[in-house]
Amino acid sequence: MFNFMIFPCLGENLKKVTFIPQWSPQAQFAGYYVAYEKGIYKKYGIDLNILKGGPDSSSVEFLEKGKADFATMWLSTAIQKRSKGVKLINIGQIIQRSALILVAKKSTGIHKPEDINGKKVGLWGDEFQIQPNAFFKKYDLKVKVIPQSFSVNLFLRDGVDVASAMWYNEYHTIINSGINPEELITFFFYDHGLNFPEDGIYALENNFKKDPSLSCAFVKASIEGWQYAFAHPDEALDIVLKYMTIAKIPANRAHQKWMLEKTKDLISPQDNKTFIGILLKADFLRVAKELKENGFIKEIPEFESFCRECSVHAEK
Amino acid sequence: MNLSVESVPYMLKNRGIAFKLIVLITLSSALVFLIILSYNYYASRRMIEKNVKENAKNLAFSTANRIETILRSVQKVTENMACYLENSSYNKKELLQFLKITVENNPEIYGSAITFEPYAFDKKLSAFAPYFYKENGKTRLKNLQDIFQHNYFISDWYQIPKELDRPVWSEPYFDEGAGNIMMATYSVPFHKDVNGNRQFMGVVTADVSLEWLREMILSIKILKTGYAFLISKNGTVITHYNKELIMNETIFSVAERRGDALLREIGRKMIRGESGFVPFRSIVRGRPCWMYYTPVPSSGWAIGVIYPKDELTEDIIHLNRTVIFLGIAGILLLSVAVILNTRSITRQLIEMSEAAERIGAGDLDIELPPVKSGDEVGKLTAAFHYMKTSLKEYIRQLTETTAAKERIESELKIASEIQMGILPKKFPPFPDRTEFDIFATIKPAKEIGGDFYDFFFIDQNLLCFVIADVSGKGIPAALFMAVTRTFIKAIATPGIAPGELLTKVNEELCIGNDSNMFVTIFCGILDTKTGEILYTNAGHNPPLIIQKGKQIIWLEGERNIFVGAMEQVNYKTYRIVLNPGDVLFMYTDGITEAMNENEEQFTNERLEKDLIALQDKPIQEIVDRIMEKVVSFAHGVSQSDDITMMVMEFKGSDYKEE
Repeated sequence: MFNFMIFPCLGENLKKVTFIPQWSPQAQFAGYYVAYEKGIYKKYGIDLNILKGGPDSSSVEFLEKGKADFATMWLSTAIQKRSKGVKLINIGQIIQRSALILVAKKSTGIHKPEDINGKKVGLWGDEFQIQPNAFFKKYDLKVKVIPQSFSVNLFLRDGVDVASAMWYNEYHTIINSGINPEELITFFFYDHGLNFPEDGIYALENNFKKDPSLSCAFVKASIEGWQYAFAHPDEALDIVLKYMTIAKIPANRAHQKWMLEKTKDLISPQDNKTFIGILLKADFLRVAKELKENGFIKEIPEFESFCRECSVHAEK
Repeated sequence: MNLSVESVPYMLKNRGIAFKLIVLITLSSALVFLIILSYNYYASRRMIEKNVKENAKNLAFSTANRIETILRSVQKVTENMACYLENSSYNKKELLQFLKITVENNPEIYGSAITFEPYAFDKKLSAFAPYFYKENGKTRLKNLQDIFQHNYFISDWYQIPKELDRPVWSEPYFDEGAGNIMMATYSVPFHKDVNGNRQFMGVVTADVSLEWLREMILSIKILKTGYAFLISKNGTVITHYNKELIMNETIFSVAERRGDALLREIGRKMIRGESGFVPFRSIVRGRPCWMYYTPVPSSGWAIGVIYPKDELTEDIIHLNRTVIFLGIAGILLLSVAVILNTRSITRQLIEMSEAAERIGAGDLDIELPPVKSGDEVGKLTAAFHYMKTSLKEYIRQLTETTAAKERIESELKIASEIQMGILPKKFPPFPDRTEFDIFATIKPAKEIGGDFYDFFFIDQNLLCFVIADVSGKGIPAALFMAVTRTFIKAIATPGIAPGELLTKVNEELCIGNDSNMFVTIFCGILDTKTGEILYTNAGHNPPLIIQKGKQIIWLEGERNIFVGAMEQVNYKTYRIVLNPGDVLFMYTDGITEAMNENEEQFTNERLEKDLIALQDKPIQEIVDRIMEKVVSFAHGVSQSDDITMMVMEFKGSDYKEE
């Protein structure tokens, strides 16, 4: 209603666009849902349709097959796809810090990276293993890798000594299963020189070329959505929880609140010198190098063709 | 109105007895009542809480046991299956038949699966996991390897028992395939001996619906709104009357949302398998409650039974309200009784105080309240009656006595006036005699005293003068004085010396002086032509001579004994010659022994000093001044003795008035 009043004549000129986040609705994507709900996309001339992401709907696949115009995915995923010939490009890097961590109970005697040697470590598949493997190599650790599902129960029941966790998600699930933070030891890859920026906004290169200002309007609107979400966390949580309920996903406000707070730290770290949405070449090169060394890619894609500085186009 | 702290007791102090009694009795009984009430409330609360603890403990244990019994029966079946798999050989058909029969024969089991490690069942099969479940009264088969796309190995129900190498209950979950009912899975790992090594083969599972559990827990009603709830090993809410919490919240997320560290600690104890009775704020509304929690040991779940505190104490509060009402009514009744009782007392007291006022004002004929009782007030009334009668009698007697006394006093006064009247009062007494001047005064004390003075010519040139002080006071002294004076006057004849005069007077006074009275006398005879004075002093205060232009001297000389004290005393005569202008100052001990409030006497020294200051003054002024000095010295202390002064100035035979 609000936006309709301000832009009464834009309705017909809005460009229809679809977007898919890489997972089901949660505060990790608060900015997009908030921008949608608050009419920010419409303000930028976009009539957006947000598709439901999740384990059954791969955002990469949707983007690749043209089922979505924009998608979020991890930088490591995108570099792999690009090196395999999928012409996708990064138009905005949202999460600058790696949220992937290793977590262990102090009661197992783990206090520093070296203590992990010989332990059972739960790891997720694919690109979730790149940083852990680099970490093990860096500290020369021999570990017994146990495939990890999306539940942390194996860790909670002591089936593994070390588990993978997203700081904004599984870590908090562990806390809210009754283990106190001081009973846990966490290893942030950022602290060990292995920062992998995560969620970024991607589009196919061809689509971008057709209408760069549309892509950049999408990025700008998304960033504005994030800023609004950070400024109005309660409202943002209401919106996220609404979408979770629609998607029939168990919605826990305390958990989503944690996730929103941590996502904020990851998107605009306090000591960060860059702007929201900018991918640093150094970060790109670090990820690409690890990917290459671990055999995920053969060649490192050219940074300049992989990434578009959208702030330039969005002004138009 | 300024009610300072001090004015409150002051206010109370001036209030009536009835008011004080009401305040005192009401306040103290209210205090006692409050103490008893509080203790009663506290004690009954303690009692109730103790009972509640027992009650809650029993309820929690019995519920946990019922759950445990059902879970154990499922465990037994599943463990038996694993045991069969470990100890028998079977082909696929036998295996499926075994699984199907097990599901069919165990109504509590919704579905059951035998899941194998890759290639463990068949070297060609990377995954084999047949699953039988009940649907619409039939037992159907599903292949989990297809549903999980050949990767059930990382499912909790498979991976956890495998990694822990022991049977486990899964966290409860909603099963969409079974109609979105809540389920839990019991998984038992099974093994095979391969060359003496115990090799992990797979996992046998049994799914149980938890719908019965939900119904069981929800059917528990405690007091009005108390309830029971169940949490899983992770603290996840499994059953709760509020459906939104189920599987969405853990006890820890509730604690986080509420910022309730205590709740988190309780939750940790619950999932650690501890039991306890704790104060608890309810999960949904945060109401103060008591909770007993205890584990369901086989699954690691925990049950909590909740007793709302306000409902527990509802009955006591109800009872207390009634007791408070009764207490207030009782105190009011008590106040009324106190008012009535004190009224009857104070009414009599007020009547008596009014009577006392009127008696005080002199009305002894008023009617006193009758003596109604034998208590203190009755005794007081009786005493008042007695006091009134006694007072009346006393006053009657007093009136008579006073009348008599007044008559005597007035007679005495007359006598005294007569007495004073016979002393020469006219000054100058001899206006035609210029050789001397004389002035005297007497200031009688309240009681009639015995001072007197006198002067008279014996012949043409000889002036006899006397100042005397009779011992004692009152009528005897006055009479003795009159007698003495009469004798002196009678005996003073021309040619007699003062010594002889007093000797004779003494002889006369001693006759029949049984009362042993005596008198001090200074007696002199002045030859008005020469200024020669013959004198004698019978125990009297020595006079002073104020010499004109010179000093003041005491007229010393033998003081002899008082007149009338002893017979046959021979008083000697002395001689002194006054020069013209010399003044003779005579007085009685009323001057020198005048007292002030510090009981100090005026003394000779002070008299001499004052006289020095009055040298050369006219004799009447000397007398007046000395009188003033004595009066101001006494400073209001009542005069106890007559004050008498007589002053004589010799002017010389050739003195002529100018």
